[in-house]
Amino acid sequence: MTEPSGPALAGAQLPARAKVAVAAGKLTGAVSRAAGRGSGAVVGGRIALKLDPELLRRLTAGRACVLISATNGKTTTTRLVAEALRAKGPVASNALGANMPAGITAAMADDRDAEFAVIEVDEKYLPGVAEQTKPRAIALLNLSRDQLDRAAETRMMAQKWRDGLAETPATVIANADDPLVVWAAGRARDVVWVAVGQSWKDDAWSCPQCGGVLHLDSDDWSCGSCDMRRPQPQWALDGDELVAPDGARVGLTGLKLPGRANRANAVSAAATAAVFGVEAQVAIQRMEHVTAVAGRYDTVTYRGRTLRLLLAKNPAGWLETFDLVSPRGAAPAGPVLLSVNALSADGTDTSWLWDVDYTRLVGHRVLVIGQRRLDLAVRLQVAGVDFQVFDDVEAAVDAAPAGAIDVIANYTAFQQLRQKVGA
Amino acid sequence: MAGQSALRIVWIYPDLLSTYGDQGNALIMSYRARLRGHEVEQLNVRSDQPLPVQGDIYLIGGGEDRPQRLAAERLRKDDGLQRAVEGGATVLSVCAGFQLLGHSFYDDEQGTLPGLGLLDVTSSRGTVRCVGEVVSQPDPALSVGGKPLPRLTGFENHMGTTAVGPDAKPLATVRSGNGNGAGTGVDGAHAGRIVGTYLHGPVLARNPALADLLLGWVDGDPAPTKADDVWHEKLRAERLAAIGA
Repeated sequence: MTEPSGPALAGAQLPARAKVAVAAGKLTGAVSRAAGRGSGAVVGGRIALKLDPELLRRLTAGRACVLISATNGKTTTTRLVAEALRAKGPVASNALGANMPAGITAAMADDRDAEFAVIEVDEKYLPGVAEQTKPRAIALLNLSRDQLDRAAETRMMAQKWRDGLAETPATVIANADDPLVVWAAGRARDVVWVAVGQSWKDDAWSCPQCGGVLHLDSDDWSCGSCDMRRPQPQWALDGDELVAPDGARVGLTGLKLPGRANRANAVSAAATAAVFGVEAQVAIQRMEHVTAVAGRYDTVTYRGRTLRLLLAKNPAGWLETFDLVSPRGAAPAGPVLLSVNALSADGTDTSWLWDVDYTRLVGHRVLVIGQRRLDLAVRLQVAGVDFQVFDDVEAAVDAAPAGAIDVIANYTAFQQLRQKVGA
Repeated sequence: MAGQSALRIVWIYPDLLSTYGDQGNALIMSYRARLRGHEVEQLNVRSDQPLPVQGDIYLIGGGEDRPQRLAAERLRKDDGLQRAVEGGATVLSVCAGFQLLGHSFYDDEQGTLPGLGLLDVTSSRGTVRCVGEVVSQPDPALSVGGKPLPRLTGFENHMGTTAVGPDAKPLATVRSGNGNGAGTGVDGAHAGRIVGTYLHGPVLARNPALADLLLGWVDGDPAPTKADDVWHEKLRAERLAAIGA
């Protein structure tokens, strides 16, 4: 096998088998699109990988690759890193969140010439995709419970990362405030620690290394039983500012994406872009142009009302969205519409609703829809929230009291809402 | 709870055993206890803290192998739960928590490990993972307000199989799903004031009558809690209909 080398692949460098695979993948994708089945990228990528299992390796060889993985924020951070790296040259990216090997392969086949590849990777596939794409940088943002009936235990995921990234030549950008991420990055040779917080603590009470009880303070943590402790960060999020390794501060108030979680994503993205020589100031300026990511944070008008669309897939994600709709210390404001499904892409077990602190919505009028609206109704009743249940989004929006409506939905509920409200 | 001002609900080791929304059982127990007119003190006890022995109701939830092993080690050493049970405390245990109340359970790394021996059950590793909705018919001996406990609905996710010994009775006969492992036909166990089940969801959100049964053991009032259970009932009906029960 001849490995293509050098920057910016030209199509002619792919072996014949790979060319056939790319062509077949694109054809399948086009057919799937024509049949109205989404973007067609995933099915096209799947066919292409069947024809040439080495295709992802070939399509990324010679490019400067970045991988981004996490439980939450990976689609947004991928977009922010891509924006920042465009300061240096063209970027190929799986911007729509198709983050398993087929989706990644399709995105790389779609844009063969870009010098940079910024790739969002599903947590489970990170070690495998890292092996294939030989990234220069890997950003690890956070790890917490997600889809309990499908995914392995959170610590098992951290173990998978730890083993898979041991001795990786890539620079690993890792969140010093998340003990599971710190442990996962623990065997990598070159780690840049960023302190960007992790509001959700309930998966981090038990030391991932020894099982001892972790002592978590507001900005520090350590294990009472072994040597695990928060590493000294080079980059940090400090309120509304990014703090760079040289102490320089860059304001983040110009970001259009709202909330603490997105300021954290921006700092991680800036630290990642810095591996490629993009200055923090320049990186943040470029990120300020991003207003919505795959529909998330989008503001739309629907039935004469203003809706802001927020995605929350798991307890940690809900916690971050509550900071947007009901900032601590602020008086509760407008109506909030919640939609929860439990299809297989969401996880079919709704127990996690009880991990989410819905008392944060007390004072808001809450409108409930979605396939599992009854689970949510019981949850909100016990939390003391003022809520009403509706059969569909039309009825809920029409019944909402005055004001812009914040909509929080989990994965498939969010996709369904986007289709309905035209985001 | 005679002579105490507040009803004390102790949630055991949320740092280790709260993988499946187990906080829900504590929240619902507290919510209904208040509706029964009790002042409620909910204590969430982490695994580096001693377990109080004066609790009225102890809740212990689900988790994977490693946290289950750590919880069993620490509880055996602590001895607080054992003493509370001797003193007549009520216990609701779910999944991994249910297994570790028994004589022994199975750990992937260390094989068969000793439990607390508070419930006459023995758990081992099954051959298939049991994931999905469960419906079961409770032991008719269990009643609230003079009526047998209604069907139980919940969600299971485990690889355990649990055998119930002569000093305990199965909590329920399984109508759909697996409970104590494929082919056993039963779920959970109960003896005295200890209840164990593989159902989460959490189990008390789906089955408020089970919460009332336990609260009745504590405060001596056998009547159901006067609560607005419209949403609980709608949720139960939907879940039962979803699996055709």
